[in-house]
Amino acid sequence: MKPHRRKKLGIILFIAAGLSIAIGFTAFALKQNINMFYTPTQVAEGEVGAGQHFRIGGMVKMGTVVGDQGSLKVNFVTTDFVSDVPIQYEGILPDLFREGQGIVAEGEMDTAGVFQASRVLAKHDENFMSPEVKAALDASGASAENHSPMANNK
Amino acid sequence: MIPEIGQFSLILAFSLSIILGTLPLLGAHQNNYLWMSLARPLSAGVFVFLGISIAILAYAFITDDFSVQFVAQHSNSLLPDRYKLTAVWGGHEGSFLLWTFMLSGWMLAVAIFTKSMPLEFVARVLGVLGFLISAYILFMLATSNPFDRIVPLPPADGADLNSALQDFGFIIHPPTLYMGYVGFSVVFAFAMAALLSGKMDAAWARWCRPWANVSWGILTLGIALGSWWAYYELGWGGWWAWDPVENPPLITWLFGTALIHSLAATEKRGVFKAWTILLAILAFAGSLLGTFITRSGLLTSVHAFASDPSRGFFILAILGVAVGGSLLLFAFRAPLMKSEFGFDLISREILLLANNVILVVAAASVFLGTLFPMVYQALTDDLISIGPPYFNAIFIPLMALLVVLLAIGPYCRWKRTSLSFLLQQLSKVALASVAIGIVLPLIITLQISIAATIAVTLAAWIVLSMLQDFLGKTSNKASRVQGLKALSLSYYGMQTAHFGMAVMLIGVALTSSYSSEKSVLLSAGQSVELGDYVFQFEGTAPVNGPNYVGDEASFLVSKSGKQLSTLKPQRRIYLATGTPSTEMAIDAGFLRDLFITLGEQKEGNSWSMTIYVKPFVRWVWLGAIFMALGSFLAAADKRYRRLRRRQTEPARAKVKSESLGGELQPSS
Repeated sequence: MKPHRRKKLGIILFIAAGLSIAIGFTAFALKQNINMFYTPTQVAEGEVGAGQHFRIGGMVKMGTVVGDQGSLKVNFVTTDFVSDVPIQYEGILPDLFREGQGIVAEGEMDTAGVFQASRVLAKHDENFMSPEVKAALDASGASAENHSPMANNK
Repeated sequence: MIPEIGQFSLILAFSLSIILGTLPLLGAHQNNYLWMSLARPLSAGVFVFLGISIAILAYAFITDDFSVQFVAQHSNSLLPDRYKLTAVWGGHEGSFLLWTFMLSGWMLAVAIFTKSMPLEFVARVLGVLGFLISAYILFMLATSNPFDRIVPLPPADGADLNSALQDFGFIIHPPTLYMGYVGFSVVFAFAMAALLSGKMDAAWARWCRPWANVSWGILTLGIALGSWWAYYELGWGGWWAWDPVENPPLITWLFGTALIHSLAATEKRGVFKAWTILLAILAFAGSLLGTFITRSGLLTSVHAFASDPSRGFFILAILGVAVGGSLLLFAFRAPLMKSEFGFDLISREILLLANNVILVVAAASVFLGTLFPMVYQALTDDLISIGPPYFNAIFIPLMALLVVLLAIGPYCRWKRTSLSFLLQQLSKVALASVAIGIVLPLIITLQISIAATIAVTLAAWIVLSMLQDFLGKTSNKASRVQGLKALSLSYYGMQTAHFGMAVMLIGVALTSSYSSEKSVLLSAGQSVELGDYVFQFEGTAPVNGPNYVGDEASFLVSKSGKQLSTLKPQRRIYLATGTPSTEMAIDAGFLRDLFITLGEQKEGNSWSMTIYVKPFVRWVWLGAIFMALGSFLAAADKRYRRLRRRQTEPARAKVKSESLGGELQPSS
């Protein structure tokens, strides 16, 4: 093999080795950090494993938001109009969090069956529904237009 | 009538860009001088008509012409003028017009500043850019026309600009980011011109470098501005969230960073030619990917525009044709690019290669983490999300490795460097860096944090090795000052940008390790302590803005009994949409930021709020400013201009460029 060919081969092997190590690490990190998304119905049917960290999405049920007056704890119920899941969150809710609107919460179920959220995301745009919330509603067969109280608000 | 002129002007720009995208390219192929020489005037024409178009859209906003649908959706008669003007890029249609207009601006700059380059080459570059612009305008005319009217009954008032966008950050972040993004289209066009002609030499890399550097610098600023804006506007105390829409600019930036380094090797040593071209294509693909993700409605995000599947397909088609076509061309032409391979295992070439491998791997892993949920959903119908821990786990070690090599790079000579030379130069620097890394965080904070130690060590490693390099490079001169004057601007540019990396590293690591926050409920008169600071809540007062109402709270901040500042966060309700919005208050400082976001009012006049102390957070953006400055300095190196002047004298040009080609070899 000519010297410059050998060098070229060396470089290619160097890149290939780097890439395969990187792919290995990446795949491992990816596996560790996937958050599954579940709808309230899936949660109610017990599809979620114990202690699993996941995302849940749905509409905030009308009249269920109860803020604790002495602390930052907030309780509300999220629904896909088939099943309901109670959620507890401690902190300041996003600006666009309102009853009757779609949200996505991240956290885990506690032993009492309450979803302890570490993060709550609300949609950013009046006319736009998060694909996750939309999927949750589609899955339950409920269309947002029939149930959304947005029409009443306006 | 006036908006129709804008529309007409857009159509004219389209027609011109179609000609620009075909005739000069054919002319370059068939050596038709007339067709090639059309490229420059046509570029100017496209720029002018796109300019008229965007000016008319701005005029429609200023004059509250709500019969234009885009204006009605993104403005309101109460909106302050500066936001009316900038609401041009407050939605999908207008921001795409801005994007296209900016590309035409870059194109005009290419037409003007390439007088020294062969006409055939310029015709190809402008032709490729014209082709891209024609696709973009067609996309606008077909799916997202900013001049669409609401007939016959226009609304009395507009729906208002999204309240989160009514901020200074919105005025500067999108244009800067777009400017950087589309700059990589120019580099892409240079790469395409090289592939089309089959000629790619040191001169090509030299022509390309200033454009790549400037685009990269502006993109760096654009991303940093976005991060700064998110930090003070979104109110959760973060400056980077690994959001699927933040990631494409980062991917572009990483490819772009690899590109500007690989271009250096291509120019100076004639190596990595095909690789450089590939990076130019990838950086451009990254910018199109960003457009696709934000505009197709695939994702939920602050950045996502309202969804419309036909737009997604159209952009995907542009992406497919542009990237697929260029990769196909690359596959045919890359074997023609003969690179030299005359360098040893320890050489600057190898370090630049390692830089490229690390950056490309980082870009690929960010790409994977961003698109994986979408692919997963398409395959299994299950929705998943990839959290920040994934990105941190991959990105942080890669960047640490990059920084270790970054300091060694400038010491290495092209072709070959002896290991003993490197050890002699850098062993003391390494020891000193580790010592500083261990001691400095301890002195300042009295806390041990492994992340902070590693970060300070690495930052010291960059800065100390840089100082030593300056000392070494000036030691043989009559005086230090003279020595410093003799160094080239591109050397200063490189060191400034590397210094920016050290600053950013400190900012990222220390703010992540030492930030603290507290969510509390306070009534007027109560106070809360966080770190060394005491925040005293004084109560709230009502405020009235032009298009909102709200409450303003007042806090006295003190440290060990000494009053520092008064912070006044607000909670607003925007009248047109009824959306609530928090305006956080920040006391910004070189070494730390203090900030407060106001939550909501509870019983007994108490308010919920979150208080943050964020040490060194400004350094994240300060670092980006240094990086951008470095890239501009490097682009301003007189080497590029000197060549231009010489080559304007055609008779001498040939001889000179050859002799310069030879000259380039030994210079470091």
